[in-house]
Amino acid sequence: MELVSPGMGLIFWMLVSFGLLMFVTFKYIWPAILGGLKEREEEIANSLDEAKNAREEMKALQSNNEVLIKEAKEQRDGILKDAKAIKEEILSAAKKQAVTEGQRLVEEAKKRIEQEKMAAITELKNEVADLSIKVAEKLIKTELESKNKNKALMDKLIKEADKQLN
Amino acid sequence: MILKQIRLLFIALIIGGFGINLSFSNPQHHGIESEEEIENADKEAFNAGEMIIEHIIDSYEWHIMTIGNSHITLPLPVIIYHEGSWITFMSSAFVNHETHHKQPILFDENGNMLGEHGNIDNAVFGLNIMKDGPHKGKIAYIHADKYIQDHQIVEDIEAGLPIDISITKNVVALWFSIFLMLWIFISVARGYKTRKGMAPKGIQSVMEPLIVFIRDDIAKSSIGEKKYEKYLPYLLTIFFFIFFNNILGLIPIIPAGANVTGNIAITGVLAILTFVITSFSANKSYWVHIVNTPGVPWWLKIPIPLMPIVEIMGLFTKPFVLMVRLFANITAGHIIILGFISLIFIFGAMNAYLGYGVSVVSIAFTLFLSLLEFLVAFIQAYVFTLLSALYIGAAVEESH
Repeated sequence: MELVSPGMGLIFWMLVSFGLLMFVTFKYIWPAILGGLKEREEEIANSLDEAKNAREEMKALQSNNEVLIKEAKEQRDGILKDAKAIKEEILSAAKKQAVTEGQRLVEEAKKRIEQEKMAAITELKNEVADLSIKVAEKLIKTELESKNKNKALMDKLIKEADKQLN
Repeated sequence: MILKQIRLLFIALIIGGFGINLSFSNPQHHGIESEEEIENADKEAFNAGEMIIEHIIDSYEWHIMTIGNSHITLPLPVIIYHEGSWITFMSSAFVNHETHHKQPILFDENGNMLGEHGNIDNAVFGLNIMKDGPHKGKIAYIHADKYIQDHQIVEDIEAGLPIDISITKNVVALWFSIFLMLWIFISVARGYKTRKGMAPKGIQSVMEPLIVFIRDDIAKSSIGEKKYEKYLPYLLTIFFFIFFNNILGLIPIIPAGANVTGNIAITGVLAILTFVITSFSANKSYWVHIVNTPGVPWWLKIPIPLMPIVEIMGLFTKPFVLMVRLFANITAGHIIILGFISLIFIFGAMNAYLGYGVSVVSIAFTLFLSLLEFLVAFIQAYVFTLLSALYIGAAVEESH
């Protein structure tokens, strides 16, 4: 029976002590603990959100980067292509120019040669004319001296002229 | 309990080894008895039932150990309200200095204690720790004149109970548990202040999962997201109070080891608190449900209000069941463990070597049961808190 008959004194002390315990814990302990817990949980949730956002941003940046790289590559390819084309153009132009230049040079050389030739011929003609004049002069002179002598002289002079011509 | 086993085993070894006396004398069962009775008491056979009850009920002194026939006890203050004044004395006043047995104390008309050499003619009333009868284990008045005239059996001359707010063993254990709780939780609370937003450390990390468990799995799920915050402090306090006392009850040495949560007064107060909180926080629909339960045929309410009677009874059976469940579970655990310990002494009384043999089995079983009790300590604290939360949840639930 003593097991199930509550002691009045114990009930009294339990009420007083537990009441005090409730007062202290309700007022000072649980608010501090629960507040701290809540604060930390919120902080953790915020941090997770932030991390998620950062990750998404990173992802966006990464895809952005990829686009940029692609663009850059395309640009580079374009530039290279252009450069190649330009190079080819330049090369072909240079070639063409070289060819025309060569031809021009050859032509010029030919012209020059022709000119030289013409000059030489003209000179020769002049010389021949000169010679002829000289011969004629001499002939006239010798005719005046002697007929025979003239004739021999004439042959001799023709021979000389032949020699000179050849 | 393990230390209790070791302690008891140690005592058993001393008693058995020296072959002095195999009786297990207990601190409270001697009143004023004749010489013969006192002599017989030493040879009295070990009474397992009595020993167990003595260990699980409240006491005016704190029995630490018994070596041979001498009891080492911590006397505790007795506080009695008698005719307009408070009488206080230590419980050791009940012990006779020569025989070391319990005896009544006599008082004169001014409430002064008459010592062993006082003039007993002035005695007006007496106080005695009853060892039998309806008030067994409690301090009761006795008729001083009848006691002096002829040394009658004290229980026959009982004259009612005084107003008694003595600091008993359970009160000391209660205070110790509250002190321990405050000490631990103040340091936990400080942890949240000093390491704001940081990971828990030390005792804080032990308590945090429990606190979060009560908040999320008991309060939030039973009371609801909106209203749980108001009742969470109460739930946390009762959970940790019950849990701490259950655990302390398993530690057999002073200042732990008292059967606080296995005491009906303690569980009763806790149950009444839950009842009061439930009733005061109940909304209109809760009371309407009780008085006029919807969805029940009218003939169950009129002319005989059968359903309301059942509902109103239910109002009181809920806290009653809370009180009994915790009390019975914890007390039963203590009884079983003490029963196994008693086996050693019962067999030891037959033969010392048989006692040693049984002690091995007994201790193995007590060890197992102590671990089981550790689980029960948590489960009962959980169940009490969960049911309190469910009752509060039902009371504050919005009508649907």
